[in-house]
Amino acid sequence: MNALAIQIEGIGVWSPQLAGFHALQDLLAGEMPATGAARPPASALSPIERRRAPQSVLVAIEAASQAVAMSGRAASSLACVFASAYGDQVTTDYMCSVLARTPTELSPTRFHNSVHNAAAGYWTIAADCHAPSSATCAGSASFGAGLLEAAVLACADNRPVLLVCSDDVGVGPLGELIGGTQVFGCALVLSPGKDAGHRLRLALTASAPRHPPLPTECLAWMHDNASAAALPLLAMLATGRGDCVLAASEQLGLHVQREM
Amino acid sequence: MRVTTLPLAVTAYTATSALGQGLDAHLDALCRQRSGLRINDFSNTPLPCWIGRVDGVEELALPAAQAEWDCRNNRLAWLGLRQDDFLAKVQAARERYGAKRLALLLGTSTASIRATEEGYRRLEAGRLPADLHRKSIHTPHSLTAFVAAALGVEGPCLTVSTACSSSAKVFASAERLIRLGLVDAAIVGGVDSLCDSTLFGFNALELVSPEPCRPFDAARRGISIGEAAGFALLERAPSQPQAELHLLGCGESSDAHHMSTPDPSGLGAELALRDIFERAGIAASAVDYINLHGTASQKNDAMEAAVVARLFPTSTRVSSTKGLTGHSLGAAGIVEAVITMLALREGFVPGNAGIIEPDPACSEHFAWRNETRSLRIALSHSFGFGGSNACLAFARADHIA
Repeated sequence: MNALAIQIEGIGVWSPQLAGFHALQDLLAGEMPATGAARPPASALSPIERRRAPQSVLVAIEAASQAVAMSGRAASSLACVFASAYGDQVTTDYMCSVLARTPTELSPTRFHNSVHNAAAGYWTIAADCHAPSSATCAGSASFGAGLLEAAVLACADNRPVLLVCSDDVGVGPLGELIGGTQVFGCALVLSPGKDAGHRLRLALTASAPRHPPLPTECLAWMHDNASAAALPLLAMLATGRGDCVLAASEQLGLHVQREM
Repeated sequence: MRVTTLPLAVTAYTATSALGQGLDAHLDALCRQRSGLRINDFSNTPLPCWIGRVDGVEELALPAAQAEWDCRNNRLAWLGLRQDDFLAKVQAARERYGAKRLALLLGTSTASIRATEEGYRRLEAGRLPADLHRKSIHTPHSLTAFVAAALGVEGPCLTVSTACSSSAKVFASAERLIRLGLVDAAIVGGVDSLCDSTLFGFNALELVSPEPCRPFDAARRGISIGEAAGFALLERAPSQPQAELHLLGCGESSDAHHMSTPDPSGLGAELALRDIFERAGIAASAVDYINLHGTASQKNDAMEAAVVARLFPTSTRVSSTKGLTGHSLGAAGIVEAVITMLALREGFVPGNAGIIEPDPACSEHFAWRNETRSLRIALSHSFGFGGSNACLAFARADHIA
């Protein structure tokens, strides 16, 4: 077998330009989208955690909350996969700067925020979720590889899964090299069922990534943020049309088609 | 709905750590309880602690075709891959199934962050220096991307980075891919190498011991950080009848408690264990040995000792081997999976190294010294920051007989 059948029960999107999935739908319909705030609300976190968490975590939590709310599922019941190509580049830049000068002055809180599963940790604590949680990456294929991991988990264990994929902007010498200049996060609640609206077929393929035409804004975000590689799929869900091939690794594609 | 997992054959496995390179070095160190810890001679500025450092990493060169991934973590990966005929066994699996039917799932917590640290120490006009100005080594996917290229894997490739459970969770991801038939075999494992981020990070959390770590000791003072590389090859059991060892199942859960300390009630650990019992169809009483997470932090060891006493009969023997290897963080899962498999293969329980005075909270399950004992089923525990828990169950292939 090389294909999986899933359904999408919830969708979340956050960037400074997109307050939610409805804003992306507006953009794709040729309208001016409702812009996001400078900082994601991430109201699922307690005020203390919201102050302690870095922006990368807030973006992931905001997207996750939107998707879970749309699904109507209890956040505590969902297994989750948090994908990010580069993790928290701001924290990495801080860590490497301090380590180069005064390593014994490293902040313990910023160290625990530096783990790739920081967002998964904050989310499971806020949601009181004891289900399995993971944190993954696969370079520029992080969204497609994360989608494959989440869909496989949903189908193999017959359970709904929350997938979150987000990347922050890069700063400092690391940011100069990596080149991420856009914040972007998205989330899907997916399950192996057949009773919700968006039914998808995912198949492994040797084909290169491809997608139908997208607005220039989307193409720019895809250039400037690795997680925005999700936009072709999000556009499929928003418009109810088309198919796409997402990168799932350097060698492998994931062909996403709508199931009628 | 109850989900059972099919046993998978473990057709190749290897580890490289402070104990040495490959299975024989590990078995020898376990049998003689020889610790690989040494006084810290690694951090960029002094830090009084002990570390589990792997010798020979600095001298190694990557294959020329993969030079863009050159860094300490990937050199350690390459050193680890070259032990125990692992490369030849992967090559055979690739020929058997085809490169597209082979998955690669690796765990790491810090990947090649040491190269980024070094770059920041010698910035050139505010940029990473020319020799380190390579995207491929400043990303958490650096390890998996290098290994995929070196091994010619063309199936699914994923890095799992859930701190100290990373290279245990990859077994669960691989099992699902094989169960659904998306691939026929999977290479799993993990690599983490020494770096200032973890040495000074755990130091900031006051979790680093000034002396060699003493898991489950009454006077334990924290962890000793180590580095390691380990790999295993998983295939469907019916197609590999000669395999001696099986992966029976994986259990996963989240603590939902705190970012950097375990839930003292042990609920998360217990949920991961109950997950494995259900999937593998085994009772706690069937478990002959558990290689514990046992980091020598106050809170992990107190929680874990209580969970053992609560869930298992005293016929289940338990120990931590981190007193020998140090805590190799994202590589701990695979290193301890390999130690667990060696215990099953050889029929012995490794002693809980580093102990002087056992914590009175430890029950009679604890094997303080090596014990000769035939083992059928054994577990390995891995618990990470962010409350990420994973437990693995292995068995001798003849365990049902």
